[in-house]
Amino acid sequence: MNKCTERLYNGLVKENPTLVLMLGMCPTLAVTTSAFNGLGMGLSTTAVLVMSNLMISALRKIIPDKVRMPAFIVIVASFVTIVELLVKGFLPSLNESLGIYIPLIVVNCIILGRAEAYASKNPVLPSIFDGIGMGLGFTCSLTVIGLIRELIGAGTIFGAHVLPDGYEPFSIFVMAPGAFFVLAILTAVQNKLKLKSATNGDAPQATSTLACGGNCAECVGETCTKNRMMIEQKLDEAAAKKGDVKAVNKNAFPETAGDKTGSEGGNR
Amino acid sequence: MKDLYNVSASPHVRSGVTTRSIMRDVAIALIPASVFGVYQFGFKAFLVLLTSVASACVCEFLWKRFVVKKSAPYECSALVTGLLLGMNLPASVPLWIPVVGSAFAILVVKEMFGGLGQNFMNPALGARCFLLICFAGRMTAFGVEQASSHFMNGAAAVDGISSATPLAVIKTLEAGQNIKDSVSLFDMFFGFTGGVIGETSTLAILIGAAYLLVKKIISLRIPVAYIATFSVFVVIFGGYGLSSDGFYYLLCELCGGGLMLGAWFMATDYVTSPITKGGQIVFGIILGLLTGIIRICGNSAEGVSYAIIFSNLLVPFIEKFTMPRAFGIVKKKKGGAAK
Repeated sequence: MNKCTERLYNGLVKENPTLVLMLGMCPTLAVTTSAFNGLGMGLSTTAVLVMSNLMISALRKIIPDKVRMPAFIVIVASFVTIVELLVKGFLPSLNESLGIYIPLIVVNCIILGRAEAYASKNPVLPSIFDGIGMGLGFTCSLTVIGLIRELIGAGTIFGAHVLPDGYEPFSIFVMAPGAFFVLAILTAVQNKLKLKSATNGDAPQATSTLACGGNCAECVGETCTKNRMMIEQKLDEAAAKKGDVKAVNKNAFPETAGDKTGSEGGNR
Repeated sequence: MKDLYNVSASPHVRSGVTTRSIMRDVAIALIPASVFGVYQFGFKAFLVLLTSVASACVCEFLWKRFVVKKSAPYECSALVTGLLLGMNLPASVPLWIPVVGSAFAILVVKEMFGGLGQNFMNPALGARCFLLICFAGRMTAFGVEQASSHFMNGAAAVDGISSATPLAVIKTLEAGQNIKDSVSLFDMFFGFTGGVIGETSTLAILIGAAYLLVKKIISLRIPVAYIATFSVFVVIFGGYGLSSDGFYYLLCELCGGGLMLGAWFMATDYVTSPITKGGQIVFGIILGLLTGIIRICGNSAEGVSYAIIFSNLLVPFIEKFTMPRAFGIVKKKKGGAAK
C-alpha cells in the first residue's frame, strides 16, 4: 500500500474519526437526525478538511511554531466561510437544517487535529489524501448514524418512506438520546469487529489469557513489549501443538498488530 | 457432626438471604397492587403484565445464553423488572409496547452496563421514560375499562371509558372549582381512578410495602424522607397552604400518580440507591424536591419517574459525600489537609 492509499484506509477504517478517535462529537450528535443531514455535514467538513490540510501542509515551513494554532484557525475559518456561503447559496434547505453547525466546523477537532497531527508535518500530497480519508470516514459514519436514526425514528431513508404504514416510529431516535444510543452501538460493533481483544471471540485463543488481550491501545512501552513476547511465545506453543495450516495463519496476527502500533505511534 | 469440621474462608455467619429470595419477596409484595390493577382495568391489564414479565425473562435468558455464555444462577431480577415495567404502563397500550419496553430495560439499561448490580438507573423506570418519550400518546391514554363507581357518591356516578388521572384534574383546576368536588380522595386511596396499572391503589401498594418492611427487605429511610420532603414542598409551594383544602390537596398529591409505587418500590431498588444510611436520607430528600418541582412547577402532572431516574444518576456522588468514618480512623478537621 503506498502512502496515499494508506492514508485513505487509515481515515476510513483504522482511525475513523467518529467511531475510533471519537473526535467531532458535537456535530455527530447534533445534526445526524436524518441521513441527508449527516451526509451534508460530512461532505462540508470533508471539503474544509481537504482544503485546509492542503494549505497548512503547503505553508508548514513558513508558519512559525509559536503561532501555529492561530494561523491554522485563520486558514480553516476562511475555508469554512467559503463552504458556508456555498451551502447557503446552493443548498438552502441543508443550510436551514444544519444551522449553526456549519460555522462551527471551524472549531471541529477533526480539522484542527489533522492539521496539528499530520498536515503540519507532512508533504502536500499525503496531507490531501489524509484529509480525504478522514473526511470520508467522518462522512460515512455520520451518514450511517443518520440513516439508522432516521429509519428507526421516522421510518424513512433519505426522506423516502420505506417501512410499512403500521410502523410507529420510535421518536426518541431522532432526539438527543437516540444519537447516543446509535453512536455507542456502532462504536461497540466496530470494536467487536476490529480489535483483537480478550473479550473478542475471534481473537487467537493463545492471546486471550493476557490482560491486554492484544489490544494495542491499552499498553505502552515495556508492558507492551512484554505482552508481545508472551503472545509470540504462546502462539509458537500453539503452533507447535497443532502444527497445521490454521495455526500458521493465526501466527500472522502479531506481526500485523505490530505494524499497527508502529504506524499509530508515528502519527501521534 | 461432620459439618462442624467444615473448613472455609470467612464470612462464617451467613444470613441465608440471597438475591433470589429478595427478588421473590419484592415480587410477592407487588402482587396486591397488580391484582388490584387487573381488577380495575380488566383482562387487558393482565395481558400487559404477562407480556411484560415474559418478554423481560426471555430477553435476560437470551442475553445470558448468547452474550455472557456463562451459566450464572438465575436471580429472578428480570421478573421483578418486567412486573414493575408492566405496572408502569396504562392498560390500553398495544401488547408490543411492553415487549419493546422490557427489551430496552433488560438489554440496554441493565445488561449492557454489566447486568444486575451494575445498572446505573432503575431498568423499569428507564424503559418507562423511553416509552413515554417515544409514544407519548399511547403512554398517557389512561382508561378505566371496567365501570367502577365512585363509592363516595353512591353507585350512581360511573367513570367514563377514559378519564384523566386525578393529578391532571387537580393540576388544571380552574379558579372557581373546589378541589373537594373535583376529585374523590376515597377513590384515590382505594384506587378507583385512571392511571397506569400498578399505581392507582395506594392501599394495595401500602400492603405490599408493609410486607417488605416486615421482611426487612427495605428500610423506612428512603420512602419516609421522600414522602416527608415532598409533603413539605407541597404545603409550601402547592398554593393551598395549611387550610383544610390544603390538607386535602396534600393527601391527593400523595395518593395520586406514581408517588407511592415509586417511593416504596422503585426508589428503594438496592442497585440504584445509596448504600450509606445518611446517603439514603439525602437521596430521599432529593427525590422529594425533584418530584415537587416537576409536579408543581413543571408542565406535566406527573414527575415521579423522571425524578427517580435523575436521582439515580446522583447516587455515586451522594455515596461519596456520605461515606461513614471507618472504625479507628480519626476524623479530619477542617483545614487539616493543608498542613
